[in-house]
Order: sequence, then structure tokens, then C-alpha cells
Amino acid sequence: MTKLKSPSSKGAADNELIATIEEQSAELRLLRTEVAEWRKKYEKGELRDIAFTNSEKEVQPIYTPLDAAETSAEALGMPGFYPYTRGVHPTGYRGRLWTMRQFAGFGSARDTNERYKFLLAQGQTGLSVAFDFPTLMGYDSDHPRSEGEVGKCGVAISSLADMETLFDGIPLDQVSTSMTINGPAVILYCFYIAAAEKQGVDSTKLRGTIQNDILKEYMAQHAWVYPIEPALRLIVDCFEWSAEHVPKWNTISISGYHIREAGATAAQELAFTLADGFTYVERGIARGLDVDTFAPRLSFFWDIHNDFFEEIAKLRAARRIWARHMKDRYGAKDPRSLMMRFHSQTAGVTLTAQQPMNNVVRVAYQAMAAALGGTQSLHTNSMDETLALPTEESVQVALRTQQILAYETGVPNVIDPLGGSYYVETLTTELEREAELLFKQIEEVGGVVRGLETGWLQRKINESAARQQWEVEQHRRVIVGVNEFVTDGPALEIELLKIAEETEREQGQRMAKMRSARDSTLVEKRLSALRQAASTSRNLMPYILDCARAYCTLYEIRAAMESVFGAYREPVFF
Amino acid sequence: MRPIRVLVAKPGLDGHDRGAKVVAAALRDAGMEVIYTGLHQTPEMIATAAIQEDVDVIGLSILSGAHMTLIPRVQDLVHAQGRDDILITGGGIIPKEDVDTLERRGIGRLFGPGTPTTELIAYIKEWFATREKQEA
Repeated sequence: MTKLKSPSSKGAADNELIATIEEQSAELRLLRTEVAEWRKKYEKGELRDIAFTNSEKEVQPIYTPLDAAETSAEALGMPGFYPYTRGVHPTGYRGRLWTMRQFAGFGSARDTNERYKFLLAQGQTGLSVAFDFPTLMGYDSDHPRSEGEVGKCGVAISSLADMETLFDGIPLDQVSTSMTINGPAVILYCFYIAAAEKQGVDSTKLRGTIQNDILKEYMAQHAWVYPIEPALRLIVDCFEWSAEHVPKWNTISISGYHIREAGATAAQELAFTLADGFTYVERGIARGLDVDTFAPRLSFFWDIHNDFFEEIAKLRAARRIWARHMKDRYGAKDPRSLMMRFHSQTAGVTLTAQQPMNNVVRVAYQAMAAALGGTQSLHTNSMDETLALPTEESVQVALRTQQILAYETGVPNVIDPLGGSYYVETLTTELEREAELLFKQIEEVGGVVRGLETGWLQRKINESAARQQWEVEQHRRVIVGVNEFVTDGPALEIELLKIAEETEREQGQRMAKMRSARDSTLVEKRLSALRQAASTSRNLMPYILDCARAYCTLYEIRAAMESVFGAYREPVFF
Repeated sequence: MRPIRVLVAKPGLDGHDRGAKVVAAALRDAGMEVIYTGLHQTPEMIATAAIQEDVDVIGLSILSGAHMTLIPRVQDLVHAQGRDDILITGGGIIPKEDVDTLERRGIGRLFGPGTPTTELIAYIKEWFATREKQEA
């Protein structure tokens, strides 16, 4: 953009403007000629025999100001200003670095508590809880369906007692905690609030996030409990109640991560996730909530895949789309409602079991893309995660990768350093356009909820996953160490974390003890109050919190609501 | 030769079905008759489906770490029905040590991440051809 000098008179200003425009169009004409000449030579030149595509999208061999001209200065804005393409904080990472938040959890609450203390001592700045599958599905550790799964893929938390152990010696007013939990999210959230109360910490002081994004569960991750409508009701209950009682808490983390991991392209991840976000906003408004009371606490979570520039562009496009829709479609006025704040994680699906040390390098590139895209917090995967849960040593390398990025590379020194890159700006604009097209398609199939019921959204993701597998098998997509540059001979052995078999038995014993120590009359009373409230339209949060305080278990609370809501049935197809 | 009938199943609580669905589609495209159970199945549900559908092969996909509990249980239930002619194979995140233990127990091959679908198609076809020959 050429800045005009302040005019001395209107006539002089007009002349100056005309001169500037003439100068600029002459420059553009010259550029067009240069690009045409270059293209002739390029097309005759020698080219490698591979598909130069990027998430199924053709990319050009070079980008020039001719491409970037489609992106207006208005679409960029300044960091911390609408439409936030260049970031939500005016000072970027010069003000504050991203939060280094490693997702961790395994075995018992005691095992994981030790890992958290280790990570905090290593300079990690936030906690992130990985729950085991029984917890994710709302089963207690001693439920028959939990057999063989307790503590395997995360930590087992079945009641307030486990939550107290998990954060033993970690003051909850001094850390921010993220919890990846969805189907039974509000139950675990209440365990956390009740654990804080036990530490003498008021809920208004708590900082953190619950994932609580059920739409992407039906779409991709599949840890659901209730049918779609009651599940959405619980989420809106959580928005409404938290605005008053836990004002610093992110009540949802609207996640593209799992959608991408399940096979979606970058554009699909972007569009499906934002469409989920809009659905939550619409449900909140339909409840009668003022959008600005809950929208500032909505946060996002993105997958950072291999295509370096596409991922950066995706993050920039996401911020811009969110801001525009929140302002124009939903009438949000508080700037915080327009700002997309997000967590990122490097793409687990890109890690290979073959030559696992190579994963360190993949993660480093992906982490750099996340930083260049302006993430607020980051998890870097460990090299051994396609084989088992990570060991302490491999987690340390993953954390060090972030620290090297933050303190040695100079990447955080300049805000949105790729802003103005002809390629990145063009990709950002193209991804935004593709997302808008997908929003239209979603609307045509009847919206996100209908699209899930009919399986339209799931099918789209499956198709992309199948295409990617085909590309790998046809060698159109190279995966180092898997379909090219394969090493013969014995695989490199790396040490793996093993979950002790006693975890399940010991957890069962702890549960039995807890059940016999609690006030069983109170437990029954609280569960029955919850059951009754569930069949009215009352906000269920206070009832669930009361159950948590009385040491009702995860499954008891789940079942109380299930007796009214029923269970979700998956549409099965492939 | 009649088409090979395969039950692709997701035992346990884990929700990772990308692999199972990609494999199910690839087996179908290779000419097999494929039934997919959907998620969150108990070993009992899987064994019952396998017998009712009269399948030749059960393909189990597990990424939750519960393989040492769930795979042997499916095997025991199928054998209890007198069907030790059904091949039980599968894949997921399963450490080598556990793969060896399960194979010693009579489980078929268990495939790890990065396996081309062509490899498991060839494996199933070869197993089936051998079984047919033995029966003939």
C-alpha cells in the first residue's frame, strides 16, 4: 500500500493520486510481462515427476504480487486488531511466548501426578490431562467394560478422590489445566472444580480448558455418551453457568485436530471445525444468551500437519473467518468474542513406526509452522508415540524442541513474519474461500447436526483418508522410511513405556475403599436430584457439581443422566 | 473360488476407526465380502457376529493398549463355538513383544502402522487358499 502524503489542496492531491496509480499500473504491466516470460521458460524446463499438490490442491511454482493483490490490506489488519489475520495479541510472542503444554496421562492418578511434577520442573508452563478410554467414555475403572483398558492410554479418573490425587501438591490457582474430555466433559470439569474447593481455591480463580466439543466426537474422535441434542444442551448449560462461576475458564476447545487425524484435508479441517463452532454459538444464542457473555471463552484446537506453508495459512485463515462471521453473522461486539485463541498439536498421524528417530525432525518442522501461525499453546509429539505412550526421555526431547524453537531460532522475534509473503497470503485467501464453499455445502445438507445424522460429514473424511492411503501406496506421496528411503535390516529398538498390570487391580481396590467411606445416602440423594433435573430444562451444572462433591462416581453420574437422555447410536458404514 | 468373508471389528473403547475403515474398504475393493461392526464392541458382540455372519476371517483393530485382554478373549469365545478354522488377524498400536506373545497363542499376523493394504490383502488371500486346499 502506498501512503498518500497529506494534501495541500484538493487539486494537488488528485494529481498526486493519479500519478501514483499510473506508476503502479506501469509496474503491474511490467510484472505481467516478466511472469509470462518466466512461465514460458519454466514450462520448457526440466521438472521432477511428482504431483506438486498440497492437500489435494494444485500449487503454483511461484507466487508474485499479481496473486497477492487479491488480499486487501483490510483482510490483514494489524496484530491484535480485526480481522486478526496476523494474530490476536498486538505484541505477538514479543509480549508472551506460547504456553508449552505437553498432553500427559497414564496409569493411576498418582503416576500421572508424578509426571506433572516432572514436567513442571522441566519448565513446562501448563498442564494437559490425557484420560484413559474408560474415563473418556464415562465408565468407572471397576466397570466391566473397562477391563484391560484402565490407565492404558491415559490416566484413570473415576471420582473426585482420583482428581484430588492427580493434583496433589499442585496449587490449582497457580497452573492452567487443559482436559481432553468430551462425552462426560462436564462431569470431569465438576470433579476439578470440587478438587479446587478442597484445596481452598475458589472456582473464579481457576484457569484452564475442557475440550467439551461433542460435535467432532460424532464426526471423528468417537468418545461420545449421549445423543446429539442432550449433549448439546449440556454444553450450553456449561457456557451459561461458567460465565458466572468460572469466568476465566475456556468452556470448550473446538477441535480440528481429530477431524484432521481421521483423514480430513486442511480445508476440510478448517471448515468442519468452524462450522462446529458456529453451531455452538447458534445454540447459545437460541438459549437466549447474549453472544458476548459466552463467546470470549470459546477456544480452538488445530492439528499441525506436514505441509509447512499450508498449515501456517490455515491458522491465519481460521482467525480471519471466525472474526468475520462472529461480527457479521452473530453480531458479537466484544472484541474478545471475535478473537480466535487456540492450542495446537503436531500431527500424530504423520509419525511413523519405521525409523522412529525421524519423527523428532517432523515434529520440529510442524512446531515451527504452529509458531509461525501464531498459536497460543503447543503440544509437540514424542518420537515413540506410534509405538506406545511416550517415555520420560522422549517427552523431554519433544519439550526441548519447543524450547529450542522459542529461544534459539529467532522465530518468535517478529509478529506474523510471513505476513505479506505472496504465497502465504494467497494460500490464506484460497483456504478461506474453500472453507466458505464447504460452509455452503454443509448448509445444503441441512447443517452440522443433520450432516452427522446422515453421515455426510463422516463420509467426506473417510473419502479423504482413503485417497491419502492410495497416494501413499502409489508413491504419489512420499513418506520417508515407509514407502521411500526404507532401511533394510533390524528396526531400531527404542525403549517403550509399559503400563503396570497392577494399575487396574489397585485402582479397583481404591474405588472399593472410596465407595465404602462415602455417605451413601447423600450419594443417592444427589443422583436422584440430578435425574429429576435432567427431565426439566434446568441448568444441570449445579446438580452435577453437587454429585461430584458427594463422591458420586463418573459412571453413576453418567448413568443418572443416561436414564433420561438415552445413549448415542453410531451410524455404521465404511 | 467363492469370495472371502471378513468381519472387521473394533473391540474395546477406543474410537480410532480410520485404519479399520481404510482396511475394510481396501478388502472390499479386493473382492472380499466385508462386514464392519462399528465402534466400541465387546468380545462377545464380535464373536457372535462372526459366527452369525459365518465369516472366514476376523480382523481386529485396536489402538488402545487393551490388546492383551481383548484379542485372546475374542479367540477363546470363537473357539468355544468350535470355530478354530476362523483366522483372527488385525492391527493397531501393538508392541512387538505383545505381537509375539499373541502369535504364539495362535493369533494370525498383526500389522503395525505404515503397512500397505496390499500386504494384508495378500496375507488373507494366501491363508484362505491354503485352508481351502487343506479342506479339499
